[in-house]
Amino acid sequence: MFSSPDRLCGWALMRRLPVFLAFALTAGAASAQVLPGLGRPATPKEIAAWDIDVRPDFKGLPKGAGTVAHGQDIWEAKCASCHGVFGESNEVFSPLIGGTTPKDIETGRVARLADGSFPGRTTLMRVPTVATLWDYINRAMPWNAPKSLKVDEVYAVTAFMLNLGGIVPDNFTLSDQNIRDVQNRMPNRKGMTTDHAMWPGKGLTSGRLDVKAVACMSNCATEASVASMLPDHARNAHGNLAEQNRIVGAQRGADTTRPAALGPEARLPAPPHRATAQAAAAPAAGPDINGMLAKNTCTACHAMDRKLVGPSFREVAEKYAGKPDSVAYLAQRIKHGGSGVWGQIPMPAQGISAQDTQMLVQWIAEGAKRP
Amino acid sequence: MENLCDKTGRLIKAPENFISPEGIRSVFAEAKAGRRGFIRQAFAAAAIAGTAVAGTGTAPPVVAASNPVPPEGGDPNILNLQAHTTGLGMPVVTDGYGKPSKYEQNVQRRQSPGLTQTNQASVSFAPLQSLFGIVTPSGLHFERHHQGWWDIDPSKHRLMLNGSDSSLMKTPKVFTMDEIMRMPSVSRFHFIECGANTGMEWGNVAVPTVQYSHGMISCSEFTGVSLKLLLDQCGVDYKKARYVLAEGADGSSMTRTVPMELIENGEVFVAYGQNGEMLRPENGYPLRLVVPGVQGVSWVKYLRRIEVGDQPYGTKDEAIHYVDLMPNGLHRQYTSTQECKSVVTTPSGGQVLLDKGFYSISGLAWSGRGKVTTVDVSVDGGRNWRPARLQGPVMSKCLTRFNIDWVWDGKPAIVQSRATDETGYVQPTYRQLRASRGTRSIYHNNATQSWLVQESGEVKNVQLS
Repeated sequence: MFSSPDRLCGWALMRRLPVFLAFALTAGAASAQVLPGLGRPATPKEIAAWDIDVRPDFKGLPKGAGTVAHGQDIWEAKCASCHGVFGESNEVFSPLIGGTTPKDIETGRVARLADGSFPGRTTLMRVPTVATLWDYINRAMPWNAPKSLKVDEVYAVTAFMLNLGGIVPDNFTLSDQNIRDVQNRMPNRKGMTTDHAMWPGKGLTSGRLDVKAVACMSNCATEASVASMLPDHARNAHGNLAEQNRIVGAQRGADTTRPAALGPEARLPAPPHRATAQAAAAPAAGPDINGMLAKNTCTACHAMDRKLVGPSFREVAEKYAGKPDSVAYLAQRIKHGGSGVWGQIPMPAQGISAQDTQMLVQWIAEGAKRP
Repeated sequence: MENLCDKTGRLIKAPENFISPEGIRSVFAEAKAGRRGFIRQAFAAAAIAGTAVAGTGTAPPVVAASNPVPPEGGDPNILNLQAHTTGLGMPVVTDGYGKPSKYEQNVQRRQSPGLTQTNQASVSFAPLQSLFGIVTPSGLHFERHHQGWWDIDPSKHRLMLNGSDSSLMKTPKVFTMDEIMRMPSVSRFHFIECGANTGMEWGNVAVPTVQYSHGMISCSEFTGVSLKLLLDQCGVDYKKARYVLAEGADGSSMTRTVPMELIENGEVFVAYGQNGEMLRPENGYPLRLVVPGVQGVSWVKYLRRIEVGDQPYGTKDEAIHYVDLMPNGLHRQYTSTQECKSVVTTPSGGQVLLDKGFYSISGLAWSGRGKVTTVDVSVDGGRNWRPARLQGPVMSKCLTRFNIDWVWDGKPAIVQSRATDETGYVQPTYRQLRASRGTRSIYHNNATQSWLVQESGEVKNVQLS
């Protein structure tokens, strides 16, 4: 911009130059402060190991292919225990498959999403982009062994899911070559909108606010009465609220172990000894049961006191309580796996150490008390 | 009894906290039998001992029912010196990392029963009903894990920065934690709120207390390094690279898209510190992203990689979850900003007021678009509102504590708060929000919250529309 300074009169140049220099200096400092000695270039090998994301336009998608049939085998071995044989299960996660129609594949809009009475929303009803499915299966599945699938296996599992949704035929082989065609059959590919004001950047969304409230201060229009509150039978559904509030201060928690209908005294908090006795005790000294359960991913399928994929530890403890051979029996079941005792979902053979197995079955034999 | 508390001038402030729960129990039991008579009995000694207490007027002194003077003429907690006053206390470093008082054991983060099917892809809620000020103690910070939490060895943790395309970043780089902690640091207070906070309440009341209705929010002082500074070490083409992908190192390897505008203005940083110490493992130790004003899912924990790109990434949590279903069947995608919201935390659902008389209604307000400018409070279900006091400091994209005086007359009251932020945006009602978004959007419910204080003193979560 100063290519012909002679065209400016001297005073003007004198006035502008320092301003320009100052601007250039601050802008330069703010935009690229380099700190010597910190960070080093990432190697191509390192980038390849971690840069696994696949964008909706398939940038980042590795070459490969997988058939529906192969996907079904992987599915039944590694996915069905959580997601159900047909991806329909609601036992462990929300259902993946269902709710889409051939018409949706044609229009690119899942019609049932506009139907407020339709009960569920499956993954296939929502996901607009097949790349998202591929990326997520690749990065985070299976649940207790993420990133263990090979590239072709990810293609195969994706193909099987698409097949369950009627998007690709039974004999289909999904590959990096034809995945763009599949994108054009995704049932909800036109189901997204960016008409909102909740993206804090520019250009991506419309930026239009959808709700514009006004801060009225007096004699404001309001609703006539209470339209919704918890029914009395749900009073204690979140546990005793007396034990969820501080025992000192302007208010206490209501004793929800007793019905509200009895009168004001029924809502009073429990005496402090009761309230504090319930609270978390310091972990008892002893074997690190939690650590052992976590290390061996037992808790992916078993919870302390409720059924998950498999029975709770407590249920197992109760079933085998007092049986003289329970320790040896349970150790064998853990080592070799099995099914039928607790339902049809099999427990695979577990490759856990003899020491951990011993700790686990001993703990169960002693009643599986919460560690 | 009706005229006991209707004049603040005649009220001796009730230090409700000085009475034992057993004492309160008897107060209410007596109340059932006939409160007026009980008050006469219980306070006979007070009237005898101290007509001077309330001055020289002819009316008898009004004494708070929750802190009566016992018949023996004094409180045994004052008259009888206790062990802690007459004995030797505990030595220093009884505990190398101190813990809360044993009397505070009810203050815990909790799961909402039945909300999630697994404990690793789940959430625990912060006990907002028991917190003061704006900072959430790190051990009570709400949790949201997508595939379980880890305690990662910081000496093995790396942060990689690269481009979706080699033209967007000159030199992809790798940083160790040691290197990141050598860089110039920033410390800022920000709230983090899950996009699904209050999501259970879209259609109707579903949970009893503020812990479950609003407890997926926490606020900390985070310390770390500006992401812009890190990107500048790598040479980014900011003209083309308008989006950033953040990725975690855990099993879920969470990914989310962040707009470059928020990085260029210096707001986004990678944090290793939280409330003066390192991050807690449940909150992403040793490194997480801080994206002020944006829903928690973008604050990627165990942050291992930052990629710059020229388009958004449509990740699982931008295409399957964290998309907001509208009544017409379309999902809003890339909704990220947490709009202005507030909630009264005391009194709140599941609590019991101990007596009529003075209370300080207190709560929290926040906005993902900047500072909160005003909070109004209503005790009549939204017909009339009074501006609350904002307790300083009031900071951008941070929790703001508010309070307002209230004398409860013992009649049913519906307590609400309504915040306005510096953009002029006013927190909407359920009716206004549902008119635009229906009831099935799951995310971004920032409606005003109503608490019904019943005559019994018990507070209930209610909705008016």
